[in-house]
Amino acid sequence: MARVLIQMPSRARRGEVIEVRATIAHPMETGFRPGADGRPVARNILQRFNCRYNGELVFSVELHPAISANPYLSFYTVATDSGTLELEWLGENGFRQLERRALQVT
Amino acid sequence: MRRGWGLLAALALLGCTAPPTLLAPPPPPQRSGFADMGAATQAMQREDGANPAMLWVQDGQQLWGQAPAAQSKACASCHGEVVSLRGVAARYPAWDTLLQRPVNLGNRINLCRQRHQGQPAWPAEHASLLGLEALVGLQSRGLPIAPPADPRLEPFRERGAALFSQRIGQFDLSCAICHDQLAGGRLAGVTIPQGQANGYPLYRLEWQDLGSLPRRIRNCMTGVRAQPLPAHSVEMVELELHLARRALGMAVETPAVRP
Repeated sequence: MARVLIQMPSRARRGEVIEVRATIAHPMETGFRPGADGRPVARNILQRFNCRYNGELVFSVELHPAISANPYLSFYTVATDSGTLELEWLGENGFRQLERRALQVT
Repeated sequence: MRRGWGLLAALALLGCTAPPTLLAPPPPPQRSGFADMGAATQAMQREDGANPAMLWVQDGQQLWGQAPAAQSKACASCHGEVVSLRGVAARYPAWDTLLQRPVNLGNRINLCRQRHQGQPAWPAEHASLLGLEALVGLQSRGLPIAPPADPRLEPFRERGAALFSQRIGQFDLSCAICHDQLAGGRLAGVTIPQGQANGYPLYRLEWQDLGSLPRRIRNCMTGVRAQPLPAHSVEMVELELHLARRALGMAVETPAVRP
């Protein structure tokens, strides 16, 4: 279970633009760095981030080796209906982290 | 440029002819490393949602409430809510009666773990240790650093002050040369900070990791090509004692962000 920080409003007016900010603890090992024994440390990065709002993909990112450890992402979406935002990080070695946050639209 | 070097030379000369007494407080005003950072890095520290150190704090929060083994106690069983430790981090390093020597906050957490939880100590820079340290430090955020006026700490503090002005390494530099005399100047395009220890453990962008004050000091010692002090040594705590007095009255920023 990776550690995650997510900041977003829990309620919004219909049509309001809301900001979602998310940080995940991940080493983002590039695969180019030599370890203590001099051999390169195996690559271990996050490759994709998806955000689904009531099942609809509203934002996604492809991540690459040059991105720092514990990547921080910030994006906007329009509050349309009450429901859940699903934030999903996918990485190498079968890494998957899914976080759900409820959004109340009035 | 030439004038700038002249000024530096003059300052260095002044430093040589009138050596500051070891116990004198640093030349005011104190300046947190926060003030020398870029706007983006400052914003990272200001906002808990953007501060990656909060990932470790989250971890610490979890560790606080759970017993490490079935038959041992959790931190919360003795200390209650972590808020009760408000102000504690601001006065460390402090005296330990059993060891008869000062210990820093990390040592204290490890001692508590050994004495009351019956667990082995965590090694230096262990993520769980840093998490608890950051959590306890966070409770004192905004409070002034207030080292205790314990007479038993004095000899250690004095040795720390001596160590601070001791030239070390192949570069033959002391902490004081850069962080007292030349602070505010430039080193390869970077402003030399006063090296105030008011935000540890902190998230350093260069490390891409949370790190303790001993890690930072060891880093600096390697930088001047000296043999770094062991992380858990008494000398390290002595240096920390001096740094705490140097930062007296500054606001705690734990967990800070630094470039």
